[in-house]
Amino acid sequence: MSVTLLLLLVLGFGLAGWLAARARAWSFQRREGVRAMKALPTYHAWYVALWIVIPAIVFVVAWSTIAPQLVVQHVLASPAAASLPESGFLRDSMLAEARAVATGAASAVHNQDAADLVEPFREAIRRYALIGIALTMLIGFIGGAWSFLRLRPDFTARTRVERTVMTLLLLASLVAILTTFGIVVSLVFETIRFFGMVSPIDFLFGTHWGPNPMSGADNPDPTRYGAIPLFWGTIFIGAIIAMIVAIPLGLMSAIYLTQYARPAVRSWIKPALEILAGVPTVVYGYFAALTIAPAIRDIAISLGASNPSSESALAAGLVMGVMIIPFVSSMADDSIAAVPQAMRDGSLAMGATTSETIRRVLVPAALPGIVAGIMLAISRAIGETMIVVMAASTAANLSANPLESMTTVTVQIVAMLTGEASTEHHTTLSAFALGFVLFMVTLALNFIALRVVKRFREAYE
Amino acid sequence: MSEQAASLRAPTRTPAFEARLKKRYAAERRFRIAGIAAIGFSIFVLAFLLVTMALNGIGGFQRAELTVPIDFTEAGLAGDRTSLAGTAGMQSLENQGLPEVVAFFAEQSLGEEAAAELGESAWREVAEAIIADPALLQREAVFELPATSDLAGGLSGEGSPEMQALAAQLAERGQLEKNFDIGFLQRSDATDPQQAGIWGALKGSMLTMIVTLLLAFPIGVMAALYLEEYAPKNRWTDIIELSINNLAAVPSIIFGLLGLAVFLTIFPNLRSAPLIGGMTLALMTLPVIVISGRNAIKAVPPSIRDGALAIGASPIQVVFHHVLPLALPGILTGTIIGMARALGETAPLLMIGMRVFVASPPEDFTSAATVLPMQIFLWSDEIDRGFVERTSAAIIVLLLFLLVMNGLAIYLRNKFEKKW
Repeated sequence: MSVTLLLLLVLGFGLAGWLAARARAWSFQRREGVRAMKALPTYHAWYVALWIVIPAIVFVVAWSTIAPQLVVQHVLASPAAASLPESGFLRDSMLAEARAVATGAASAVHNQDAADLVEPFREAIRRYALIGIALTMLIGFIGGAWSFLRLRPDFTARTRVERTVMTLLLLASLVAILTTFGIVVSLVFETIRFFGMVSPIDFLFGTHWGPNPMSGADNPDPTRYGAIPLFWGTIFIGAIIAMIVAIPLGLMSAIYLTQYARPAVRSWIKPALEILAGVPTVVYGYFAALTIAPAIRDIAISLGASNPSSESALAAGLVMGVMIIPFVSSMADDSIAAVPQAMRDGSLAMGATTSETIRRVLVPAALPGIVAGIMLAISRAIGETMIVVMAASTAANLSANPLESMTTVTVQIVAMLTGEASTEHHTTLSAFALGFVLFMVTLALNFIALRVVKRFREAYE
Repeated sequence: MSEQAASLRAPTRTPAFEARLKKRYAAERRFRIAGIAAIGFSIFVLAFLLVTMALNGIGGFQRAELTVPIDFTEAGLAGDRTSLAGTAGMQSLENQGLPEVVAFFAEQSLGEEAAAELGESAWREVAEAIIADPALLQREAVFELPATSDLAGGLSGEGSPEMQALAAQLAERGQLEKNFDIGFLQRSDATDPQQAGIWGALKGSMLTMIVTLLLAFPIGVMAALYLEEYAPKNRWTDIIELSINNLAAVPSIIFGLLGLAVFLTIFPNLRSAPLIGGMTLALMTLPVIVISGRNAIKAVPPSIRDGALAIGASPIQVVFHHVLPLALPGILTGTIIGMARALGETAPLLMIGMRVFVASPPEDFTSAATVLPMQIFLWSDEIDRGFVERTSAAIIVLLLFLLVMNGLAIYLRNKFEKKW
């Protein structure tokens, strides 16, 4: 069913209502004079247009979610569906195949039994498309006619339109809450189901990770779900190796740019750093896997390391650190800029050199902000996915050797969800549990960091 | 006597002081050099990354092509503009034995060994040329047809020695060369790197971005207007602000989990569709637009609002007639930056099944599609040397798009930025 067509239809209807209502309001104005009008003709027009468009769009969105189910029910009620297997994977795949052929997505069925279902599907889709168009037009027409009949010279169209607009603005800002709520609910729901199979103690404190997607869906082996190696890999790559690269380089870049560089130099270097921040992570991941990881392996071999991994934690961590540099730099930039100029001037007036002023006055004064920035950087690094998916391995490994292969929480989420396991399987559910842990940790880091920044800003204002 | 006078003139300039001062100045210089080194490192990495991609990517925009002259007057193929129209034309030419004709002439001009290395679907390119111009069937024409990836590897000095020798021999006779491949931007994914292109992924990216923009821009602007202009100072507003700030920092993969758990439960048939991808990315882009939009709205001076209110505008009129137009350049800048980030995003789309092999470009918002970063990810798993080059070429295209978007954002910011 083409939703685009329905939406265009609704918009066309709304435009017609808009023009008709404005013409009517003009006729009022000509007949009774401007002073008799409680609102400008445009507001009458918008009143009618909103009454047409809003209910119809709500209907179209709702219809597009329920229509596919109605189509399937209609097909199942047809005589051709009597020969379908009772339930399970085969039934679903046959329905999906018949639908694909009926909508033109596939040219022929693979499974001959599905061929009989194509015609009922085509018929049902056509039927519900027609019903959808008819109902949309009906709803638009009712809304338009009702509002059009209410138009009078003394009709307070403006206040009503403005009230509607205000409601829409409020609803738009509620989308943010709804999204947060949606994230929490979907993660919590699946996580609870996972903890029904594997106890949280085993999950959070076990030291062996090796889920078996081939095992039965009902009885997972809890000893295979110890997430400590994943947490360690995530911290080692994201919070240790990446930060060893990003903190000194980012901080020194920010200091040089704000304290030493001439404005002309600054206006060139800053966009360059922004480019570094704008490079997609999949490009960094490719760079890490193609160039950095083999180079590190070769260097390690020439230094005499025995059997270094070609998917070492070091490669992923280094590239992630480079990715984080602009982020740390801009956070440090803001914090240093927030330190009052008087403190800097005072230090310089006492005879301190610029570097002494920076190290002894500016950085200590900006430290809370810098620390908060580093916390945000860590939260970004541990949630980073593509670099580690492409450059780190999937083998869980509890080790402190940066040349060993390690895996992270995000790598495992991707690995668990892009496999063939069904949505009910415990490997799939474990991905949601990992996602929940990741979400809570990044949330906590952000929350603390934002509080620190706020308090720090207030201290100097 | 003179020593005493010197110390009176500069009482602190003792030798110990001079030494200390020298040390302090040296520390100052070292610190400064460390700063330059830090920036230099970042710039070096950026340059290294771009140069690596460019060097690898140049090969990706080319493909190895064999020169095959075909004399259609001998081939006995029939057809005119009407009978060759549409997909039936390709079918009719195949039935009339075009693949064999192409293979025959390839063997005649190149020799048996080389003709075997003609790409499997090379005849399709001949067929397309005939369909575009049926008059070809009455004369002789020379075609540049794709070689197999084995032969292409041989031309680059890789693969088996026999293939390298064959490639060198053909290249010497001028029958095999690397040509700029415009088709890379017109074809879709394929298992053979010689046949692969990025148009399918590019179109998928565009469809996804359209959905993202249509959802995130209006909702984001409306939310920003509400929070900045109308929201009362109460607990609800605080909760909304807190959740927007937190969403801005949530890892992108979490949005993918949300898309998987919510959108794909509601629309199970739309797995890997641009519609679902666009909705997921819209939720991710929304906080960026709201935050930048609020900053732009905040920058409009209160005197504008007061002036409008004073001459009798309603609060809604103040915002929609005065504040919004003035804040729009700033909002657009933030939107473009948010869209650029969404264009380069891969992780959430992995979760909702856009990691698929799509051999033909997506038709609409509900057909299976992949996006450009995902295509890069898919190709990066391939071992074939040809795909390494193709991946780098796709990265160059992606980076060009991002560069244009960010350049546009900077241009907007500089052109319309007002100091009140």
